[in-house]
Amino acid sequence: MDLGPHADFILASYAVYAVVLAALAAWLVYDGVHQQRLLDDLEARGATRRSRAGRAEKNTKP
Amino acid sequence: MAMSPFFTLLRRDITLALREGGAIGTALGFYLIVIAMLPLGLGPDLNLLSRIAPGLLWIALLLSALLSLGRMFETDHEDGSLELLAIGGTPLELVAAAKALAHWLTTGIPLALLAPLLGILLNLDLSAYGVLVLTMLVGTPAISFLGAIGAALTLRARRGGLLLALLILPLYVPTLIYGIQAISGALLAGQSFWPSFLILAALSLGSLVLGPLAAAAALRIQLQ
Amino acid sequence: MTNQSITQKLANPTRFMSLSGAILPWLAGLAVAVIVFGLYRGWTAPPDYQQGETIRIMYIHVPAAWLAMLGYALVAISSFGLLVFRHPLADVSAKAAAPIGAAFTLLALVTGSLWGKPMWGTYWVWDARLTSVLMLFFLYLGLMALRSSIEEETLAAKLTAVLALVGVIILPFIKISVEGLSVPWLGLEIPAWNTLHQPSSVFRSDGPKIHASQLYPLLYCALGFTLLFFALHMKGMRNEILRRRVKALRIAEVDRARAAEAAAPAE
Repeated sequence: MDLGPHADFILASYAVYAVVLAALAAWLVYDGVHQQRLLDDLEARGATRRSRAGRAEKNTKP
Repeated sequence: MAMSPFFTLLRRDITLALREGGAIGTALGFYLIVIAMLPLGLGPDLNLLSRIAPGLLWIALLLSALLSLGRMFETDHEDGSLELLAIGGTPLELVAAAKALAHWLTTGIPLALLAPLLGILLNLDLSAYGVLVLTMLVGTPAISFLGAIGAALTLRARRGGLLLALLILPLYVPTLIYGIQAISGALLAGQSFWPSFLILAALSLGSLVLGPLAAAAALRIQLQ
Repeated sequence: MTNQSITQKLANPTRFMSLSGAILPWLAGLAVAVIVFGLYRGWTAPPDYQQGETIRIMYIHVPAAWLAMLGYALVAISSFGLLVFRHPLADVSAKAAAPIGAAFTLLALVTGSLWGKPMWGTYWVWDARLTSVLMLFFLYLGLMALRSSIEEETLAAKLTAVLALVGVIILPFIKISVEGLSVPWLGLEIPAWNTLHQPSSVFRSDGPKIHASQLYPLLYCALGFTLLFFALHMKGMRNEILRRRVKALRIAEVDRARAAEAAAPAE
């Protein structure tokens, strides 16, 4: 496909777009996995939902 | 009766600013230094300097006013008097308005009056002096009143001073644009002064409302 | 309690997690499909008679500019929800939307600059629309900087919300002062600060000026990237909720340890 005299600019803008969006998505996925692992660890250590049950009971959070 | 705490607070803040003198002196000195440095960076071409003088004077004024904004609520927050004011029944909106007005009277006006003097250094057209001071006097309330929002928001933030500049400078864009447009409107043939000047005045009036409201909201959140 | 509104139902983070967990893969898949379709249509359309092949940049530049504004609107609405209705998910939404909106704002600037080089001859011109997008980018930076510089999370959330609302009030004034404003039926004409940019060719009162062979691919791309924005936003919100759970569990753990320590000497 012939992109004419300005092919570099067209390809560069698509490349930047792809890189930024891919980086954003990758970071979000990584962060999700990371937080889920932390949560699983905590729950495995026995912090299981008790705090949240307690919070609902006491209703301290406004 | 409702206005009397406002004036008490205003008088107190002005007295404090005048007695210390440091804040006003620093702002004026900073303004002078920035303007004096600009030709060293841009070269001594008087034609170029006089052409861009209104813009340089406005931008340097913004930066100079920004220097003292961070102190607006800081000292009163540190010594606890801000909390007393909040408990004392004076609406925080009035407190914020009094402090912003005191900032304008002790920083905005002196800077605006110094501007034409600095205009000499930049070879500003003599006929522009009146217009320059007028637009700055009308435009600078927006700097103090919008600045109050930034000062209130960054009260408990780390790196408050730099953060304040980042938060507030974009909000000054309309004031800057119409302030400079009004001046060039008065100087250049075929352009008019009044539309830009009136928009500039309207922006300042709007900031008189928005500034205290938002600053008080930010203060209330932090004093809870 | 049967006729709760949707926002009330979603207010429960646990319910949001299960609902968004079910929706997210479909939303992300649909977004990618629509983007691929839109770009395919855009790239098979004939080149523009004036701009030639560079018109291909439009299919990503215009959606980015649109999402830059949508992102800020989303932050502002969420901030309003936090300050006025104290909606429990409002701050989660505002916090998740800011970096995504900032990313699309940056992409609008970069693609605009890369489109501008062949059209205007330089990468950056102080064109009115480009300048106002730059100011929008600064507003995003301010929001993120303020949030990151305040230790206490609820305090940071509320103060950032105040800044977002101030920003949304001032933003039209920034836009008008930079881009100008023309309201013919009022006789109102505020000139632009400076303009080289072509006027918006999609959203016009006299109908879109752009040719249909370009308009439809552009609309598909805009829809696709908007779906992608919401998928990313939903993922960001899920992560934020998990992060807050982790934090709450850690605090509870420390509290329990302290309580046990305090109880031990008494026995």
